[in-house]
Amino acid sequence: MAKTQITLTINGQQVEALVEPRTLLIHFLREQQLLTGAHIGCETTHCGACTVDMNGKSVKSCTVLAVQADGSDVTTIEGMAAPDGTLHALQEGFSEMHGLQCGFCTPGMIMRAHRLLQENPNPSDAEIRMGISGNICRCTGYQNIVKAIRYAAEKMNAATKEAAE
Amino acid sequence: MIPGSFSYHSPATVEEAVGLLAELGDDARPLAGGHSLLPMMKLRLAPLEHLVDLRKIDALKGIKDEGGTLVIGAMTTQAELLASDVIAGQCPIIQETAALIADPQVRYVGTLGGNVANGDPANDMPGLMQCLDASYQLTGKGGSREVKARDFYEGAFFTALQEGEILTAVKVPVPPAGHGYAYEKLKRKIGDYATAAAAVVLTLAGGSCKSASIALTNVGETPLYAAEASAALVGSSLDKAAVDQAVSLAGAITAPASAGRGPTHYRTKMAGVMLRRAIQRAHERAAG
Amino acid sequence: MSDAAQKTDGEKIEDREANLKGIGCSRKRTEDARFIQGKGNYVDDVKLPGMLFGDFVRSPYGHARIKSIDTSKALAVPGVKAVLTAADLKPLSLHYMPTLAGDVQAVLAEEKVLFQNQEVAFVVAEDRYIAADAAELVEVDYEELPVLVDPFKSMEPDAPLLREDIKDKTEGAHGARKHYNHIFTWEVGEKEETDAAFDKAEVTIKELISYQRVHPSPMETCASVASMDKIKGELTVYGTFQAPHVVRTVTSLLSGIPEHKIHVIAPDIGGGFGNKVGVYPGYVCSIVASIVLGVPVKWVEDRMENLSATAFARDYHMTAELAATKDGKITGLRAHVLADHGAFDACADPTKWPAGFFNICTGSYDIPTAHVAVDGVYTNKAPGGVAYRCSFRVTEASYMIERAMDILAKKLGMDPVELRLKNFIQPQQFPYQSALGWEYDSGDYPTAMKKAMEKTHYDALRAEQKEKREAFARGETRELMGIGVAFFTEIVGAGPTRNCDILGVGMFDSCEIRIHPTGAAIARLGTKSQGQGHETTYAQILATEIGISADDIMIEEGDTDTAPYGLGTYGSRSTPVAGAAAARVGRKIRDKAKKIAAHLLEVGEDDLEFEVDRFKVKGLPEKQKTMKEVAWAAYNNLPEGMEPGLEAVDYYDPPNMTYPFGAYICVIDIDADTGVSMIRKFYALDDCGTRINPMIIEGQVHGGLTEAFGIAMGQEIYYDEGGNVMGASLMDYFVPTAVETPEWETDFTVTPSPHHPIGAKGVGESPNVGGVSAFSNAVNDAFAHLDVTHIQMPHDHWRTWKVCEKLGLTG
Repeated sequence: MAKTQITLTINGQQVEALVEPRTLLIHFLREQQLLTGAHIGCETTHCGACTVDMNGKSVKSCTVLAVQADGSDVTTIEGMAAPDGTLHALQEGFSEMHGLQCGFCTPGMIMRAHRLLQENPNPSDAEIRMGISGNICRCTGYQNIVKAIRYAAEKMNAATKEAAE
Repeated sequence: MIPGSFSYHSPATVEEAVGLLAELGDDARPLAGGHSLLPMMKLRLAPLEHLVDLRKIDALKGIKDEGGTLVIGAMTTQAELLASDVIAGQCPIIQETAALIADPQVRYVGTLGGNVANGDPANDMPGLMQCLDASYQLTGKGGSREVKARDFYEGAFFTALQEGEILTAVKVPVPPAGHGYAYEKLKRKIGDYATAAAAVVLTLAGGSCKSASIALTNVGETPLYAAEASAALVGSSLDKAAVDQAVSLAGAITAPASAGRGPTHYRTKMAGVMLRRAIQRAHERAAG
Repeated sequence: MSDAAQKTDGEKIEDREANLKGIGCSRKRTEDARFIQGKGNYVDDVKLPGMLFGDFVRSPYGHARIKSIDTSKALAVPGVKAVLTAADLKPLSLHYMPTLAGDVQAVLAEEKVLFQNQEVAFVVAEDRYIAADAAELVEVDYEELPVLVDPFKSMEPDAPLLREDIKDKTEGAHGARKHYNHIFTWEVGEKEETDAAFDKAEVTIKELISYQRVHPSPMETCASVASMDKIKGELTVYGTFQAPHVVRTVTSLLSGIPEHKIHVIAPDIGGGFGNKVGVYPGYVCSIVASIVLGVPVKWVEDRMENLSATAFARDYHMTAELAATKDGKITGLRAHVLADHGAFDACADPTKWPAGFFNICTGSYDIPTAHVAVDGVYTNKAPGGVAYRCSFRVTEASYMIERAMDILAKKLGMDPVELRLKNFIQPQQFPYQSALGWEYDSGDYPTAMKKAMEKTHYDALRAEQKEKREAFARGETRELMGIGVAFFTEIVGAGPTRNCDILGVGMFDSCEIRIHPTGAAIARLGTKSQGQGHETTYAQILATEIGISADDIMIEEGDTDTAPYGLGTYGSRSTPVAGAAAARVGRKIRDKAKKIAAHLLEVGEDDLEFEVDRFKVKGLPEKQKTMKEVAWAAYNNLPEGMEPGLEAVDYYDPPNMTYPFGAYICVIDIDADTGVSMIRKFYALDDCGTRINPMIIEGQVHGGLTEAFGIAMGQEIYYDEGGNVMGASLMDYFVPTAVETPEWETDFTVTPSPHHPIGAKGVGESPNVGGVSAFSNAVNDAFAHLDVTHIQMPHDHWRTWKVCEKLGLTG
């Protein structure tokens, strides 16, 4: 099948590539771009391990074609830390609050939480749980993930407040 | 799980899209959000040779209030419905329903048009659109026509959509100010389809029910508009006898399959429970 | 001497202890840094030059004869390199592989398929897309055969014959076979004595308690990458292996490749929960394909394959009986289990234990006599029989006794807690010899139970339940309130090599450490973390034992070339066995270090005492040597005749299992109109002995409880009469999201294990073992005032509603 040219931005870098139309975004990221942070957990759009941010939305990249990402702006877990290596508040929160165990769901969970906090900077625990309900974790029982996201929200809000003052 | 090969098209206009579909025939499928179609393709249950992606067609996007009718572009996502002030103000049951569909990631991508057009009886919006007496604008190479949601569904995955046509917009008559509404959905967990769900919109006048509309989700081969059950409420004070009768009449038109969500008997009963709860909440809301 | 060590001289002892980050502190996890930045390295992340991808052709039927397989169309697809079938494997004697349970399992189906989704052919292509395309083009001609899915019908005289390959074998790996679909009978206990206790009993109960077929379903599915270097004759295999050394040994035995030329590497593992203990056809096929083709071959299963073909758990049908006096003293336990093992007996148990440690089923109670018999049978279902987040068949055993206790309590009109308190093994009875042959190491059950009651205000809950039942009867509420009590005793840490082995290799475990001149160290162990945080906790054990900071100790597992031989991680054995090896290796280091310190301080060893991170001369505390100083000296200034270096290795053969226990209380509200259950409260008290890292323990408990919640409230891998596996995707298989999952309340008591070097017992699986019983007892308890004795799991909406309907409670 003829390949299609796509151009997109991944973690701030412009990328041009040729893909088969049927190439799933997750495979494009993992196999062609060697960004293996996002994982494949269920392939039926239930587990969220493949979640990345695309044009300001959290998407399950196992259910998006790479051609659908043409022209888009994609952020993956690899793009979350600052260029100087400083961790994002969510990355810090997950570690501080023991919000991960095997780590397989973690990149998707953090990417989803990132968008959640962009839309709702101060979520209640119930809103956090609803906000991450498209992401399955088999290890933590979610309780510490909720704490981790709350930790990040507080830290980010404090930083925003400080910047405003 | 890997989809089979296909050619990809991303037309910029509706005309171009329907032209492509007409040209390519039944080897082609339109792609909206893709969260129903792509999983089927990955399971290799939806073989196709051409995929016509509608995402670049601006005309399919947006929510407009055209004086008593909401015109919602087919490519409007569930998340956009949830964020819309127009929807919140004019027809909040759409938001109540959208919030119960799948999960946040799916709602960012899943569209209203895709949800209503693919004919999956498990989808939530078809029942709601029947409840709201919405119409679908279907566009083919020969032009456009409108089909009522209540007439659109012919069987599981069979609809009035003709080959080469796409659903371009959903037209929702704005329910009267002060209407009561509720969408009640029983599901096993987030991300699941309904075991049974019920949509109710009603109005009150002087303490009695002036109008009522009921539809049910995932308890038959198609979404079910419950005309007789709706009629049973009109004129009543929404007292127990009237509600019992509506539940009984609605139950009579269900034919859910036995599945992981429960046997037929249970799912029929749950349609009744969801309906009862939806009527009660709609009543409370209408009574203010 | 380094400045760092000098600097610590003046520090206070508390500061030095804190700096160690040793046993008992909630040290943050060292493994997190890579996972939170997307830099974990899981099997599917492994990419080798020239690597091909393999995909299976699977059976659409539960039972069918294969008449022919035509691979020509698949082979004609550009990019396809090979299609393996049983005919290709047979000349290599690899069409069947031995299972851990003494049976054989088809790698690729030869003449018959025995379960839906069984592996039939293995397509190898340039990438996974081409492999998937070609797999569709393999044409297999089947003749359908009668399907057997009900284990209760397996041994009927006219039942379909499943295993033609062993139809004439009257002896299996565990004794006589009574029927061609029979695998084994396993008996333990005193039958006559038990029968006599029942004959004399004032009160008895008998109930069929089924534990449905479920699946561990870790986030990462099973996968392998095999790479055969034909020139060197060496095979490297990356895989999702909970027990990498065993995989190496088995691979050597099967392939004939010398074991030292096989490099098995388990990289990061995305959860295991028992799913990754066994050896699967995918692993074997990727290895064979790599040997045949001479290039690396990757295999990754998808979620549906995972749920339907690798590693089911449970499927135990337990008829439990208790005998008791009328005032509630239990006098005997009798049980028969019908165990559905699927098409091949691939249960992951120690060799001599075909029903695992099911004989822990006397639970936490002083039951004078007992008898248990287990019959294993074949059906047209996937093989597996793994311990899904529990020690071998322990959650089944615990579930049976904990349900039986509630059933007995109801019959006696006693509160479930009162009955338990009355029958607990008492603290002074430890070490306790159970009627079914175990020696429980330590416990204080009444204290734990009473603490749980106090913390949950148990009496107030019962009072509220009484009021709520009355309100329900008056029509004022539609909710039924249930209070589930579970008190469990686990048996973990397999195990003593005298009675525990896997394929003949004793179930010891190991730790090796090298302390470098600067006092930093690398330690390697024979276990393999799948998320348990071993890199963090083993370092804590070593830090406390040796006196160097955990931050200066790197932990490695999973590479069989570098790690000492071990039996892997499952059955909560890492802390009890490898954790013990770590403690002992630390003590060996400290023994040598003491000699060096004595030499450096010019005193006798007996003049020294150890304090946190250094040796001090008794009575002259200013004369001291830190471990860092000693490490440096180990490479340049040693006592006469002493070997240089500071290294040690320990292979630990535990003298006994460990017996963690706990008291769980669950409060549930059931909507009688829908059958929907809401968990209002869940309190979990765990006693896992010495607590190494409380933060990690709490995380383990949260996770285990969540898995227990899934199992009890909805999980089931179900087969319809046609042998079709139902519910094998995450749409239907109940893996709860954050919304369904309750809030967990954790608590603890500490009763150290007397035989473990640091008194630790293991905790990862306790919450699953106790949790399932607590949820199920809560659901049952909601109906305990009505005519209900036992409700089978899973307690999903419609099954619970069905009970309500039967009782006339629905609206």
